[in-house]
Amino acid sequence: MRVELVRRPQHSALFSALSPFIALFFTLIAGAILFALLGKNPVLALYSYFVEPLTEIWSWHELLVKAAPLILIAVGLSVCFLSNNWNIGAEGQLIMGGIAGSILPVVFPDFQGWYVLPVMLLLGMAGGMAYAAIPAFLKVRFNTNEILTSLMLVYVAQLFLDWIVRGPWRNPQGFNFPETVQFNASAILPEIWASSGRAHWGFVLAIVAALLVWFMLSRTLNGFEIKVLGRSARAGRFAGFSAGRLTFFAFLVSGALAGLAGIAEVSGAVGQLRTTISPGYGFTAIIVAFLGRLNPLGIVAAGLVLALSYLGGEAAQVSLGISEKSARIFQGIILFFVLASDTLIYYRIRFVSRHSDAAAKGA
Amino acid sequence: MGMFEAILLTVATAATPLLIAAMGELVVERSGVLNLGVEGMMIMGAVAGFGVAQLTGSAWLGMFAAILAGAAFSLLFGFLTLTLVTNQVATGLALTLLGLGASAMIGESFVGLPGVRMQSLNIPVLTDLPVVGKFLFGQDPIFYISILLTIGVTWFLFRTRAGLTLRAVGDNHTSAHALGVRVVRVRYLAVMFGGACAGLAGAQLSLVYVPQWVENMTSGRGWIALALVVFASWRPWRILAGAYLFGAVTIGQLHAQALGIGIPSQFMSSLPYLATIIVLVLISRNKRLTLMNTPTSLGKPFVPDR
Repeated sequence: MRVELVRRPQHSALFSALSPFIALFFTLIAGAILFALLGKNPVLALYSYFVEPLTEIWSWHELLVKAAPLILIAVGLSVCFLSNNWNIGAEGQLIMGGIAGSILPVVFPDFQGWYVLPVMLLLGMAGGMAYAAIPAFLKVRFNTNEILTSLMLVYVAQLFLDWIVRGPWRNPQGFNFPETVQFNASAILPEIWASSGRAHWGFVLAIVAALLVWFMLSRTLNGFEIKVLGRSARAGRFAGFSAGRLTFFAFLVSGALAGLAGIAEVSGAVGQLRTTISPGYGFTAIIVAFLGRLNPLGIVAAGLVLALSYLGGEAAQVSLGISEKSARIFQGIILFFVLASDTLIYYRIRFVSRHSDAAAKGA
Repeated sequence: MGMFEAILLTVATAATPLLIAAMGELVVERSGVLNLGVEGMMIMGAVAGFGVAQLTGSAWLGMFAAILAGAAFSLLFGFLTLTLVTNQVATGLALTLLGLGASAMIGESFVGLPGVRMQSLNIPVLTDLPVVGKFLFGQDPIFYISILLTIGVTWFLFRTRAGLTLRAVGDNHTSAHALGVRVVRVRYLAVMFGGACAGLAGAQLSLVYVPQWVENMTSGRGWIALALVVFASWRPWRILAGAYLFGAVTIGQLHAQALGIGIPSQFMSSLPYLATIIVLVLISRNKRLTLMNTPTSLGKPFVPDR
């Protein structure tokens, strides 16, 4: 038997809407098989993965804490991916945003007041933006592949963070732990509803960013330009759109949002800089962007799903002794199924048996 | 053993995984497919190689397991991009993310275990030759495989009919298809070859370079291999040169760190990554050269019409 693709005359609106759900469905099945192979009861495992974390109010808060950076970054990535700019260095931009945003509370801890947080957030965005400008510049000016440069810069950013936290910014009273000072109260992004859990305003920022970018993409000329140039660079040129300018725009938007995610994480969830500030949010956000079908509103939902997978991994480790690293397998599998289901939007799939194949040739 | 000889040997050990992985990816890209999953296939090879060597006590079995693991893992990419015609960039990223995650979970119980090191060659007299003896006659088997691979790939691509077919598929899949070449089949084979090479490169890391299992132990080497293919403008011998250049940068910065020249170690460690960016810029700024050498169908989807 053979799989054959037949191009649809028009892309299917039905499968466009369904494909993320098909992908999630198959991910659950794959997950059940994986757990069965590990010798665990699949129903129990899936329950503790995807339901148990939602049974308590504090873990809903944790869900929002993890979803905030994923949504922020993925919303920015959607602008990049739609315009055919493959920024996969969001993890590095997140780190640089976290570092730039921490300048005030670490170097000038005496500054305290209402203005501290806004300045930190702006610096965080600027840091991410500046770091994302490097691959954008190299792509526009020297035609250098942005996938490789942006990815290489992630390793550089991780090493830079390691140096600054162990070296110049180490807390002198910190018993030699590689950490900066604890941020003072005015540098902490406050909780949304402090009495019930630790979800902070980063999630609200993420929703606002998603709405703004959704508006930009669907209701403005800029958004139209992004989609036209993304689909066909040639058509875009005829329309007088500049690919170079757009590359900068896409990288700067996504860099700013990744930087914002970084400083929101540092200031809201951690409260100081450490040698690692992200469990790979910048990479997981790529999955979020595709699961959300590159639509900012879809990305909000997708961000919550992927955030749940992090919590599920922790829950499954505690209750069933399955390694929490299984979450990363889940995340990888989701992306595969999302990409595979997207095929259904553009093609009809036909299974051709050898028998009918031979018959067709004979006729 | 002299200082020079020692440095030469360590450079070769650092260059070999890059050489093997990049050589595999070169064949894949020459067939018109861009597989960004090298890092993922490499780490799957590393964990499979370590695990099987640990279980059986044989580094050779570990190596074969790594090759199989890399090839099998690449089929996942092949099925999606070639049969289901998904976006190659996104699918390659997915392969890398899944590989890093899966290897972390598989390898969890391997952390801290002593590994099985692959024995180096030892030929009486020859290995003891001054200066070059160890380099030419006293290295691990994977080093020799990497050199044979370079020769073999060059010969295959430019001296055989199958190599010509593969390049034709990469340069113009529509014409190749019209001439009766089974484009998708050629690409499946190329992708699997790339996966096998990436797996072998991973085995070199966990059986020779640092005979241990460490999570994320490929630390970007798969990506550097991808950059090497661009750097080499899709020519096998330039990959050999590029891999040794990068090996030299890696080892050079390690030696500088050991000497303690006052520059923070993190800055030295970031040199290979920065060097990658710099050579990419230098190569790609010549637009005509890049366009001339890039396989024309690279990364473009192909659905055979019947």
